[in-house]
Amino acid sequence: MSKRSNEPIVWSLFGAGGVVVAFSMPVFILITGIAVPLGIVSEDVISYERLAGFAGSWFGKLFLLVIISLPLWQSVHRIFLSLHDFGITGGEIFFRVVLYGAALWGTLLPLFLLVGM
Amino acid sequence: MTSNDKIIEIEVLRYRPEQDEKPFLQSFKVPFTDDQSVLQGVQYIKDYLDGSLSFRWSCRMAICGSCSMMINGVPKLSCKTFLREYYPGKITLEALKHFPIEKDLIIDLSDFINKLESIKPYIIPAAPRTLEQGEYLQTPRQLDRIAQFSSCINCMLCYAACPQYGLKPDYLGPAAITLLHRYNEDNRDSAKAERMQLLNAHEGVWACTLVGYCSEVCPKEVDPAAAINRNKINSTMDYFLRFIAPRGGN
Amino acid sequence: MSTRKPYVRPMTGWWLKNPVYILYILRESTAVFVGIYAVILLVGLIRLSSGEAAWNNWLAAMQNPGAVLFHIVALCAAVYHAITWFSVAPKVMPPVWINNEKVPVEKIVTGQYILAGIIYLVLLGLILWG
Repeated sequence: MSKRSNEPIVWSLFGAGGVVVAFSMPVFILITGIAVPLGIVSEDVISYERLAGFAGSWFGKLFLLVIISLPLWQSVHRIFLSLHDFGITGGEIFFRVVLYGAALWGTLLPLFLLVGM
Repeated sequence: MTSNDKIIEIEVLRYRPEQDEKPFLQSFKVPFTDDQSVLQGVQYIKDYLDGSLSFRWSCRMAICGSCSMMINGVPKLSCKTFLREYYPGKITLEALKHFPIEKDLIIDLSDFINKLESIKPYIIPAAPRTLEQGEYLQTPRQLDRIAQFSSCINCMLCYAACPQYGLKPDYLGPAAITLLHRYNEDNRDSAKAERMQLLNAHEGVWACTLVGYCSEVCPKEVDPAAAINRNKINSTMDYFLRFIAPRGGN
Repeated sequence: MSTRKPYVRPMTGWWLKNPVYILYILRESTAVFVGIYAVILLVGLIRLSSGEAAWNNWLAAMQNPGAVLFHIVALCAAVYHAITWFSVAPKVMPPVWINNEKVPVEKIVTGQYILAGIIYLVLLGLILWG
């Protein structure tokens, strides 16, 4: 019988990440990357006091963890699949380790930082 | 055909295994009228211009699935595609992509047939049924679960559309997974657990990256992309719940 | 004696040969921009946890013209991701029945846009005035 794939694990993370990106990322990119730097919106909106305060609350910690780590899982899984689309068939284990490792790191590091804030 | 007929250029990727090392393009000038299909175009070529041109066809009404080919790079049924849609441009015909070419527009479809056979495409009831028990009853809603997916005519356009099948022919592919889903969803069938094992493999649903082109090219609106991707959820639930609620299989 | 000699066509450059495939690759490549932005946020979090001066350096870096350009492209990528995500989501869901009628796919797609619109407005409201 064919071997069961372990893809469901990363696919679930990919799905959750894709939902987070679709339903929130445009707003964040607009604010942090365009509106504030260009002065359309005041810098106070993402001031240190405001964000450090937000990161102090448990809701804030969870929110920040979700909007950083889940999009990373989505991104990394899609990039991994694209390698195959571009004809890169070798080094599967290497790429899985590098890409999913990066996403894992991008989950554990924020978790560690936020717990300490 | 009168001298008032329009002429369209049909370029065909020829391949004769006994003579050619690789395929080559050959151009034909074909007179046509607006009611004529691409299939009729190649039939004209075979009847009047080059009798060696080889291609499959049968019903010429989009139900047998025999006349599939690449028409200007898009997988289509040649009986359902009209010459007038391309005039005055050129039509380029090629054998269905992602399958080996046997000759001209004829492909080797043995892999497809094997895949269809491998998914147990028949009702496996929970218990054998006797004549006295009468026919199975199926409500309209139960029929709705399978009607769309039962409409597949095995034309393989979805396999030609699917780049993942082209890149890795191990992949079960759209039509086979759709047929599998059709039997899993049939209320008369009880073999979901057996068929799950085929879906759970990498060559099952997990080779699909939801390009979605399979559903776009399907001439019967079967929507294989839906059948495959719904089963990603099923396969995921099977993966995580197998320890809590084993349903058979590994 | 068989004279069969099946010819297998190579897949090189497959995605350039059909506009559908090009759009698919475009969709997949949004992942690169999404990933880079997530890393930018991660770096921001690291700076935030290091103190006000570090955080202000991050804010200053966002004002770099190259950074703004990247974010404009990333915004387009995120929006294209959202549009394509909403259109394929119905394929992953089993059919939805309400009052004995199947909800048409178009309604599910539109529903996601409406939900996204509401969420975007709520997020903007909270960020700007909350």
